[in-house]
Order: sequence, then C-alpha cells, then structure tokens
Amino acid sequence: MIEVMHLGKRYGEVLAIDDVSFTVAKGEILAFLGPNGAGKTTTMRILTCFMPATNGTAKVAGFDIFEAPMEVKRRIGYLPENPPVYPEMTVSEYLQFVAKIKGVPHPKIRAALASALEKCNLGDVSRRLIGNLSRGYRQRVGLAQAMIHNPDVLILDEPTVGLDPKQIIEIRELIKGLGGEHTIVLSTHILPEATAVCQKVVIINQGRIVAVDSQDRLSAQVRKSEKISVRVRRGEAVEPEKLLSIEGVQQILPQPAVDGEGVFIVEAELGRDVREALSKRVVESGWGLLEMKPLAISLEDVFLQLTTEEKGVEEAAAAPAPAEGVTA
Amino acid sequence: MKNILTLAEKELKLYFISPIAYVLAMVFLMVSDYLFHSQVFFYSTLSSQAMRAQGNAPQINLHEILFRPTFLNMSIILLLIMPLLTMRLFAEEKKGRTTELLMTSPLTITEIVLGKFLAAWFIYALLLALTLHLPVMLSHVTYVAWKPLVASYLGLLLMGGVFLSMGLFASSLTENQIVAAVISFGILIGFWLIGLTAQTAADSSVGEVFNYLSLIDHLDNFVKGMINTRDLTYFLSLTILGLFLTHRVVESQRWK
Repeated sequence: MIEVMHLGKRYGEVLAIDDVSFTVAKGEILAFLGPNGAGKTTTMRILTCFMPATNGTAKVAGFDIFEAPMEVKRRIGYLPENPPVYPEMTVSEYLQFVAKIKGVPHPKIRAALASALEKCNLGDVSRRLIGNLSRGYRQRVGLAQAMIHNPDVLILDEPTVGLDPKQIIEIRELIKGLGGEHTIVLSTHILPEATAVCQKVVIINQGRIVAVDSQDRLSAQVRKSEKISVRVRRGEAVEPEKLLSIEGVQQILPQPAVDGEGVFIVEAELGRDVREALSKRVVESGWGLLEMKPLAISLEDVFLQLTTEEKGVEEAAAAPAPAEGVTA
Repeated sequence: MKNILTLAEKELKLYFISPIAYVLAMVFLMVSDYLFHSQVFFYSTLSSQAMRAQGNAPQINLHEILFRPTFLNMSIILLLIMPLLTMRLFAEEKKGRTTELLMTSPLTITEIVLGKFLAAWFIYALLLALTLHLPVMLSHVTYVAWKPLVASYLGLLLMGGVFLSMGLFASSLTENQIVAAVISFGILIGFWLIGLTAQTAADSSVGEVFNYLSLIDHLDNFVKGMINTRDLTYFLSLTILGLFLTHRVVESQRWK
C-alpha cells in the first residue's frame, strides 16, 4: 500500500532524513519509532505531500507522491502532531468542512460525519466549539478529521501525545480497530505504544532507519541470552555454584533484595529452556522458591540497544575499534 | 470551483464569528458618515451662497461636490482598515497549524488563495453596501444622479480588490497577524505616496509614470462617472499581481 524508496530530505545543511526505505502492506499498522528529532515528522510530511523530498520517492496506493499528488492526497488521512482544527468552529461544522475539501460527495457528507463522530466517540460534543474542548477531545477531533473521507491510508503523527492514560488507551483501541480496513502509519517515541498497537516497527534514529521488522523478531535479534529472574525465601543460603552446574546456564547475577529474600537472574544459552531443571534444583536445595519468571526483552531495550549501537558503530568507525565487551 | 466556494464559505463563517468584521464596519460607517455629513454641510452653505449670487453663480453639481470628496476620503479610511480584514487569512492558518490540513487535502494552491480572496471581497462588498444608505437618504430630499454612483461603487469595489490581494500577500508572508497588517499598511501607503509624488512631479515623464501608478487617480476616474478600460486594467492587473505573489509565497513555503 505504501512504498517508500530511498527518501531523503535536506534542510539547508541539515540532513533530516537519509535513504529511508520501507513498505507497508494493506491493512497493516506500522509504528515509526524514534527519539525526538529523528525525522519521523519529516517522513510523514513527505508521504502526505505536505513537503517535497530532496531525493527518492514514495508511492501511496500505487500513486507516486510527485507525479500524482492529488490522487495521493485523496487517499490519505493525516493527523499532524497538533490537530489542525479551527477553534472558532463547532465539531460538526469543522468535520463537514473537512469532508467537503477532502472531496466527499455532497449526499454522503451526512453519513460520513455521523460515522466519524461515532467512531471517535464525539457524539456528545458535536455541537461544542472546538476551542472549548479538552486536549483529549481535540485529539479525537483530529483523528475524526483524518478518517472522515474513509481513506485507504491513515498517517498519524504521535496520536496519543498529551493525553491522559485513559484517553491513551481509548485512542489505541480505536487505532487498533481501524487497522485491517485502513493501512496505518503512526509515529511515536513512546515504546509501549508500538508494542500495544502495531504489527510492524520501523526504528529511525538521526534520519536513518536502524531496523525494520516485526516486534517479536526485533526482540529476538537483540536478545543474546535467555534470562530468568528467580526469587527465594532464604537468600543467605543460596550457592550460585549449584545452579551453574545445570547444563546451559551461563551466569548468575545476584540482585538487591529485602527481608533476607534472595533475587538473582539466571542467564542461559539462547534457545534453551532451563526452567524445569532450575526450579528442581532450587526446591531440592531448600531455598524456598517464591517466584520464577522469564524476562522478555522489551521493545524499550531493543530501541535503546539499536539506537546506541548505531552510535557505537559510528564512534568505532572514527576511532580504532575497542574490544567489544560481549561475553560468550 | 466547488472547492473555492467551500473555502470561501469557511472563511465567511470565521469572519462572522470573529468580532473584527463588525467592529470594522461600525468604525468605517461612523467615520464615513461623519465625513459625508460635513460635506453635506459644506454643500448647503455653497448652494445658499449660489442662490444669493443669483444667475451668475457657477454651476454646482451635487455629485461633484458631495459624493466625489466623500468617496475619495472613504478610500483613505479603507486604506487604513482593509489590512485588518486580511491579516488573519494566512497568518492564522499558519499559527494554528491548519495549513497542514489544507495542503494535505486535494486542493490546489490557486483554490486556497481564491477562496480566501473571494470571502474577503464579499465582506468588503457588504461593507460598501452599508454605505448605500447615504445616497438613498439623500434621494429623499434631492435629485441624485445614480449612474455616476454606480461607476463610483464599481471603482471602490475594484480598488478594494487591490487592497485585499496585497493584504493577502502580506498575510502569507508571516504567521503573526500584526506583522501582516503592518506590511500591508506599508504596501498600501506606498501606493498612496506614489499618488502624492505624482502631483509634485507633474509634467515630467517620471510624473506621468507615477500618475499612472497612483491608486487614487484611477479611483477618481470611476468616481467622476467614467469607466475606462485603462482604469479597469490597472485595478484588475494589480489584484492579479497580489494573488499571484500570494500563490508563489504559499507554494515556496512547501519547499523550505
């Protein structure tokens, strides 16, 4: 549905994005993840034909953003970082206006308005002035605006920024519900959001794509060992050697604990499940097993690791490479 | 065309919601009525003098002595208030980030510019229509020549187009409404000064050029009751120039 090919954008001397390429399939939800200033908004603005790219191009629903911008614009709903609303208008006046300029045929405007109001839960405030609405409602008006013409593609720039936790959950549910029918690209710097909503993640840092993949595969790529956290009643009795003798266990990392309890992280070879042997050993030793849980690596770790690794690579290129501290 | 009307409708809605148009209309009417009133006073003194002078009095013409100065004065007031009518048009869109909505919708820049211009022109036409009570009132007490009045109003309408397109251009340059208003004051006062320079530099070829560029001179022809292609061309081409510059500025902002 969306094909981005070697996109680059230069603001004077500053290279905002460089050689960005990715594709999004129909019905997929893609998260565009990166720290502030990574080039997320720039990429989105290029995709929506708001600004032209310096190099490369992109296709949306088969139409090139340079050759057929009108066709692209007709098929895209865009929610910029700040919802583009007129505070002096009421919600339904505003949405009607947007429907008209997006080319919704006149007889269908009423239905489009009703469905957008319903999907975004705006029925109660449809007659209120947008200027008097709270940030959360305004964001929803922005979202309603993006989907009023039932576009194939929705591009949402930080759709949950500035909302309270309850609203964040509502908006995420809404976005999830829209996937499948619409192809969605959303940007965020909040990692759990990508985890909660998206199937595919593009991580961007300093204008370059660092990784493109599904979230599970990204985690697997970064993970170097299986980690299990174990909590026992009698911390003073723990003898790490007993655990190290289990086949596959590589390392025991003691953690701070309270009330005489003991907490430690067991690192095992990747792909080997040592939980059964581990629990047996702990119980037999009589340490009083309280809790045992595998530590799944979060997207947060992936993100930090990828964005800092990238930096490491650049530094390594500049200076003679120091020995990487990776233990076998 | 449909898009232009949709955009114009939105602008009109915003004009009627905000107090600016109402306040401007009130101030404009108060000042122009006052000027008209003092002109009426002058006219009545003049005509009573003429009556005393009996047969050898000069011809006095109601349109010439009453309406012509009123309209010329009105054009100066308009020069001062019109920038306030246009300052919002692009500056506010930029400040409120609604440009992103317009530019990512299937609209051309020409449609956006024309939509805004037409809305402002419509408001201006309403403002002028409000001044029609002056000749109507007068027609109850004396004979009013309507044909030169039609030409005068046409002239004012066209001159307003120039003011508005220059104001629109100024508004497209900035996201600050005050700055937009000040820039368009600058441009319009520049045109006015050209008129003054033309008077002092008369007879030289420079004076002739300035004379042609002077807004007030062209308006004066309309107010005298003449509709020349020369004046029509002047007003229309300046209006189109303003709209063209606006189009270029809006387009160029995409590339920054």
